[in-house]
Amino acid sequence: MSDRVADIYGVRTPHARGTVWPARVDQYLDPGVTEDAVDRWVQSACLLCSNGCGMDIAVHDGRMVGARGRPGDTVNHGRLGPKGLYGSTRWAHAPDRLTVPLVREGGRLVETDWETAMARIVTTSRALLEEKGPLSHGFYTSGQLFLEEYYTLALIGKAGLGTPHMDGNTRLCTATSAAAFKESFGADGQPGSYTDIEHCDAVFLYGHNMPETQTVLWTRILDRTRGAEPPRVVCVDPRRTLVALEAERTGGVHLAPRVGTNMALMNGLTRELFAHDWVDHEWVAAHTVGVDELRDVVAPYTPEHVADVCGVDPSDLRAAARIFGESQAVLSTVLQGFYQSHQATAASVAVHNLHLLRGMLGRPGAGVLQMNGQPTAQNNRECGADGDLPGFRNWDNPRHVQQLADAWDVDVMTIPHWAPPTHAMQIFSYAETGSIGLLWISATNPAVSMPESARIRRVLGGDQCFVIVQDLFLTETAELADVVLPAAGWGEKTGCFTNVNRTVHLSERAVDPPGDARSDLDIFLMYADAMGFTNRSGQPLIGWRTPEEAFEAWASVTEGRPVDYTGLSYDKLRGPSGIPWPVNAEHPDGTDRLYADGVFPTDTDYCETFGHDLLTGGAVTEQEHRAKNPAGRAFLKGAPYTPAHEQPSEQYPLLYTTGRTVYQFHTRTKTGRSRDLNAAAPDAWVEISVADAEARDIVEGDWVRVESPRGRIEVRARVGNVMEGAVFAPFHYGHWEPDEAQGGGHSDTGRRLANELTMTVWDPVSKQPTFKTAACQVIRLRDGDGPAPAPTTTASAPVTEPPPGRRPRPTAGGGPTISTVLESTPTYRLDPSQDGEGSCRT
Amino acid sequence: MPHLTTYIGLADRSEQTLASSLRAVAEGHAHIADVFHTCRTLAEWSDANHEALAPVVERYGEAHDVDEPERLQAAGLAETRGGEIGLLRDLQDLHVLATLVQTTWTVIAQGAQGLRDRELLSITEQANNQTSRQLTWLNTRMKAAAPQALIVAP
Repeated sequence: MSDRVADIYGVRTPHARGTVWPARVDQYLDPGVTEDAVDRWVQSACLLCSNGCGMDIAVHDGRMVGARGRPGDTVNHGRLGPKGLYGSTRWAHAPDRLTVPLVREGGRLVETDWETAMARIVTTSRALLEEKGPLSHGFYTSGQLFLEEYYTLALIGKAGLGTPHMDGNTRLCTATSAAAFKESFGADGQPGSYTDIEHCDAVFLYGHNMPETQTVLWTRILDRTRGAEPPRVVCVDPRRTLVALEAERTGGVHLAPRVGTNMALMNGLTRELFAHDWVDHEWVAAHTVGVDELRDVVAPYTPEHVADVCGVDPSDLRAAARIFGESQAVLSTVLQGFYQSHQATAASVAVHNLHLLRGMLGRPGAGVLQMNGQPTAQNNRECGADGDLPGFRNWDNPRHVQQLADAWDVDVMTIPHWAPPTHAMQIFSYAETGSIGLLWISATNPAVSMPESARIRRVLGGDQCFVIVQDLFLTETAELADVVLPAAGWGEKTGCFTNVNRTVHLSERAVDPPGDARSDLDIFLMYADAMGFTNRSGQPLIGWRTPEEAFEAWASVTEGRPVDYTGLSYDKLRGPSGIPWPVNAEHPDGTDRLYADGVFPTDTDYCETFGHDLLTGGAVTEQEHRAKNPAGRAFLKGAPYTPAHEQPSEQYPLLYTTGRTVYQFHTRTKTGRSRDLNAAAPDAWVEISVADAEARDIVEGDWVRVESPRGRIEVRARVGNVMEGAVFAPFHYGHWEPDEAQGGGHSDTGRRLANELTMTVWDPVSKQPTFKTAACQVIRLRDGDGPAPAPTTTASAPVTEPPPGRRPRPTAGGGPTISTVLESTPTYRLDPSQDGEGSCRT
Repeated sequence: MPHLTTYIGLADRSEQTLASSLRAVAEGHAHIADVFHTCRTLAEWSDANHEALAPVVERYGEAHDVDEPERLQAAGLAETRGGEIGLLRDLQDLHVLATLVQTTWTVIAQGAQGLRDRELLSITEQANNQTSRQLTWLNTRMKAAAPQALIVAP
């Protein structure tokens, strides 16, 4: 029996380099439910981070009562993390689930039926179309719907209405991953695989606090670093995270660049590769374009210059570059520390550059994992509900657009492809002025998660735009809507989703949704029916009714594209493991890693984008792209470092950065309704360095005010692991609170939202908002009456011994879970440790 | 070389005009985050081109009888326009200015070739390249803004 709140990663199963990761099956059942009482286990995958662990849902008496890892799944080999175990099912029968539609009457949301709610939507929609046309409509989705739902909505938006205003909160979490792939390799698509962990001799984590964001993946790394022939770990993070500790333990390096200086650091590392000739010249000549320009761009970034800009020791920079330059197989992972910082795409592309210079792609151990923030973010990118065209097609390539018009039997002019798709921040700007008059928000909570919250509340709450919110609960966003639609959640509907390393899972319906709640697919179909969207043959535009039919329609439009699903079906996905795409006649069992032959999807007629100027976002034209004649070679693209948009000042001398904790997911819609998780991180806090705390007479647990030019929060301080000059705040906490029995009932609920302080500004290429660089000040308000409500088990641990009365108790209190290490490890079809033939040669 | 100095003077002042116009658009549309930040960055590039030209101005002199840039500036970019259509018009004005800058550099590059002036040629190549990037961004941003501004904007 193991408390997985206290023991986040569970028992170690160390193993040697090049051997298969052992299987360990983790299981949790609600209090009072025994294994015998489980009526059935229903196949699914975890929806509480982007890792995509295969999972079975326990059902008892028509309720979801627990979760168990699937031992045969290639992603997790049976393991689950604390969020998957404790957070997967508890929300489903929370008493405050939305069960009927709501409409705004006289300023208040009142209960109604589906006919009334949908009629109100359709009336508004038709009136706007009549008056202003399709550009009056915007859709803002999620990283948590299923691919069938994204694809259906993409069709409604692109072929039914014809609006370019579609994006998801994936813009906040994963847009840079997609943008960086497109710039370097010509199309989206994760080159690497989780199996690279078993084969690498160095692992670099760039702005990626994996121990808190993907606990099971970190468990996989720990099983290597604690086994024979461990890889060295290099950590790039301004906080001394568990990754940093592992870097120190394995003889690696912790580089803690000043907030907002990633690009200078990356240019320094790149320059070192050139300076020491850690370059595979033959490979670079055969498989890349742009090496001379890149060498010129990074030339000024000597270790000493980088040390000045970033505040790192030049010898540490040299040591990290040497590890990259001399290792045989490097795995790099990248996440929000890069994606949500300024120069996001340029810095993430720089990671690709390092791999390309050394020819370190496409073989076991040598890979890149540009991570996603959410479990189904990948599908939003693939299916086009985020504005991209379905199947990684290029909106600037008329033949690609024609393929979709043919598949959908619509006029090619209907499909909005005349300009880049509208990104989320721009959609909200149009909604702010009323230029978008109908904004439909599904499965996301922008009132808490978007930057500059006060502005977002104004946009959503104003009369200039009709707002529809479709969700499980009356979130901070739903409270501001004109119509609220009750949605069925995970386990209450069927559909597929795809994780970071392209692995597709089927998630079956385990139980009925509560009350009148309906699946997002059914809601979109209801709207399409009511609007009467038809194709050129006069048939209904959406030719499907069920998730499986939607999946088949989706698979058929992926034919011939990098994201090839044509070899997948629901039946095939009902096997022991999820399957990574491409899956087709050539790769019937899927593909473990891309680009084994060093051929990239950069051909001008095939690529997803012609690329951008990394500093401005200016678009490269087809002619310019053709003139470069990439022909399957990857792009090496550099950019100089530029200072962040907001620099510290006398009034705001500190740098503000936001992030997450392992026990909560996003705006806590699900994790906040699991007592085990919520009690571990029940309320907001802010982390400040010892020096900055002492300068302000702040001790652990004191109430402080944190201010930026945009707003303020008042929360308790943890004197913690951030570097001097930086302040860290978790972004999970809006004003919603669970009841006190769930660990709720705090006094600061109206004053703790981290995004009150963040800026409205975004990366020029990926358009991902910059959450991690803003100037702020911290002012002590009053004594606390105990420690800050921050976990002790993670990067949020106190850094010095707090005074008596302020010492936090070690974080614990998760219910009992079972964890069984299997004596014989299952066979994973594509696993190179088991001689799987997993690599894709295009 | 009376006419080369005329063009050097034109480059010198039209880069300054472009820089100040970019800053005016940045300030005038400060609530549009990407316009605000990108225009300020592009203005710095024009500043740099202007500064790179200084030694050449010293060598050849600079004719002051060129009035085109002033006339263009008088046409509108000391003040910016409001709203989505106003942004579109302002970006279009910047594009006109940047085109004038670019063709000026092209003409000077031809002169530099004829004079075998390697320093001047290298300055014009760098400047021309940066002006192309300015034009590319302006074009990209106008394409993105145009449909909404033309069809729906209040």
